[in-house]
Amino acid sequence: MLIQTNNLFVHLGQRLVLEDINMEVEKGEIVSIIGPNGSGKSTLLRALIGAVEPTSGQVQRAPGLAIGYVPQRLHIDETLPMSVRRFMSLPHRPTAAELDAAMAVAGVSGLDKQQVMSLSGGQFQRVLLARAILEKPDLLLLDEATQGLDHRGSAGFYHQIETVRQELGCAVIMVSHELHVVMRRTDRVICINRHVCCQGLPDVVSTSPEYQSLFALDYQEEAVYLHRDHHGYSHNGGKH
Amino acid sequence: MFDDFLVRAALAGLGVALAAAPLGCFIVWRRMAYFGDATAHAAVLGVALSLTLETPIFAGALVVCLLMATLVSNLTGRGYAMDTLLGVMAHSSLAIGLVAVSFLQGVRIDLMAYLFGDILAVGKTDLAVIWGGAAMVLFLVGYRWSGLLLATLNPDLAHASGISPKREQLILTIALAIVVAVAIKVVGVLLIAAMLIIPAATARPFCRTPEMMAVLAAIIGCSASLIGLKASYEFDTPTGPTIVSMVALMFAFSSIVWNISHRARARARTDS
Repeated sequence: MLIQTNNLFVHLGQRLVLEDINMEVEKGEIVSIIGPNGSGKSTLLRALIGAVEPTSGQVQRAPGLAIGYVPQRLHIDETLPMSVRRFMSLPHRPTAAELDAAMAVAGVSGLDKQQVMSLSGGQFQRVLLARAILEKPDLLLLDEATQGLDHRGSAGFYHQIETVRQELGCAVIMVSHELHVVMRRTDRVICINRHVCCQGLPDVVSTSPEYQSLFALDYQEEAVYLHRDHHGYSHNGGKH
Repeated sequence: MFDDFLVRAALAGLGVALAAAPLGCFIVWRRMAYFGDATAHAAVLGVALSLTLETPIFAGALVVCLLMATLVSNLTGRGYAMDTLLGVMAHSSLAIGLVAVSFLQGVRIDLMAYLFGDILAVGKTDLAVIWGGAAMVLFLVGYRWSGLLLATLNPDLAHASGISPKREQLILTIALAIVVAVAIKVVGVLLIAAMLIIPAATARPFCRTPEMMAVLAAIIGCSASLIGLKASYEFDTPTGPTIVSMVALMFAFSSIVWNISHRARARARTDS
C-alpha cells in the first residue's frame, strides 16, 4: 500500500465535501477518480497531499512516500520572475542531467530558459509534470491535468504520463472528466460524488447502475466524441 | 572609524537595506504590502510600551509587531477580510501608541524621531542591534529560501513536497517584525514599508530569477541609502525621507525603462 484513506470526512467551512471515503492505492497502479463537478475530486487529492485537514478519519502514507503533484491550474504572479529551469529546481536542486532528462520525458526539452509566465497552457502543464518527475515520486497525482488542452494536446499528455509511469514505475492517481481516456488507460476507477459511489475495474464500473445514473448524459456525449476522435486520427495516420 | 556619525549612519542604512531587500521581494510576490505597512504602524505602540516599561525600543517594537501579525493571521477569514483587519489593527495601534506616549511624564521624547527615523543619531549599540537583526533576517530567509519560494508560488505544491506553507508564513512574519524593529531608528515606522517594497519593485523588470531580484533589490537599497545620506548632508534635508525619495526616483526610472522596452518588444512582435 502506498497511500490509503480510512473513513475520511472533510468539511470546507460548513459544507460536507467528502463523506466516509475509503480508498487505497498500490504500488505501480493507475487509478482514476471521476465524478461530476463539485463532487469533491480535487478536495480528495488535496487531502491526500495534506493540503486540507480531514474533519475525521485519516490519510495514511507509506513511510518516506515521495509525491509528485500536478495541480489543475497554476497561476504565477507576474511580480515573481521565474525561469522554467529555476521553477523545476524547487524545492530540490537537480543536476543538469536530471533536469534535461525530466524535460525530455515530459516533452518540453529546450524550454528551460523561458519565463514560466510566457508558456502556453499545454507547455506549462508539461513543465509541471517534468517538475513532478524530478521529485522521483512513488506516487504521481494529477488533478484534471489536461484542462485547457485541446483534444490532441490532452491525448499527447496522457501518452506522456504512460511513458513516465513506465520509466519511474510509480503509481498514478488522476482526476479526470475525460471518461473515454479514463476507461481506456486506467487499472481502476473510483467514482465519487461526495461519497464513493462505486469503484473497481473500468469495465465493471462503467456497467454499474450508480455510474450510469451519474454519467448517463455525459456518456452519450462521450460516445459521439469517441467516434469523431477515431475519425480524426485516421486522417493523421496515427493509431490507438 | 565608528566614531564618525556619518560612518555609523552609512552602516546603519546598509544593514537595513540588506535585510529589507530579500524580505521586500517576498512582500511584493505575496502581495503583502499592506501587511508590512500595518506591522510598521503597530511598532509605535511597541515604542510607547518600551518607554513605559523602560525596556529597549527594539524589544518592545518586536513583541508588538509579532503580536499584531499573529492576531491578524488568526482572525482572518472569521467574518473580516485581511485588509480590513490590518486597517483596524494598524491604525488603532498607531493611535493608541501616540496616546500612550503623551501620558508619559518626565520623559522627553522626540516622537518625530520614531516616525521618521533619526539615522544621524545612531550609536554603536544601535549599530550592533541593526546588524544583529539584519544577520538574523538574512539567515532565516536564506536558510528557508526554497521552502519560502515554493510556498509563495503555490501552497499545494509546497504541501506535496512536505513543506508547510503555514510555517513558511510564520518565518516571514518573524523576519518582518525583526526588520521593522531594527529599522525604526533608521527610516522610522512610517517609511519602513517603502524600504521594503520599493527596491524590490524597482528590481523586478531587470530580473529573470527570484535570486537575481533579491540581489538587485539589495544593491538598489544600499546605493539609495548611501546616495540619500550624502544628499541629505549636502542639502540639509531629513535623512530618512531623503533616502526613500532616492529609491522612489530609481523606481520611476525603472518603470519608464520597463514601459519602453515592453512597447519595443510588442512592436517587434507585431512587425515580425
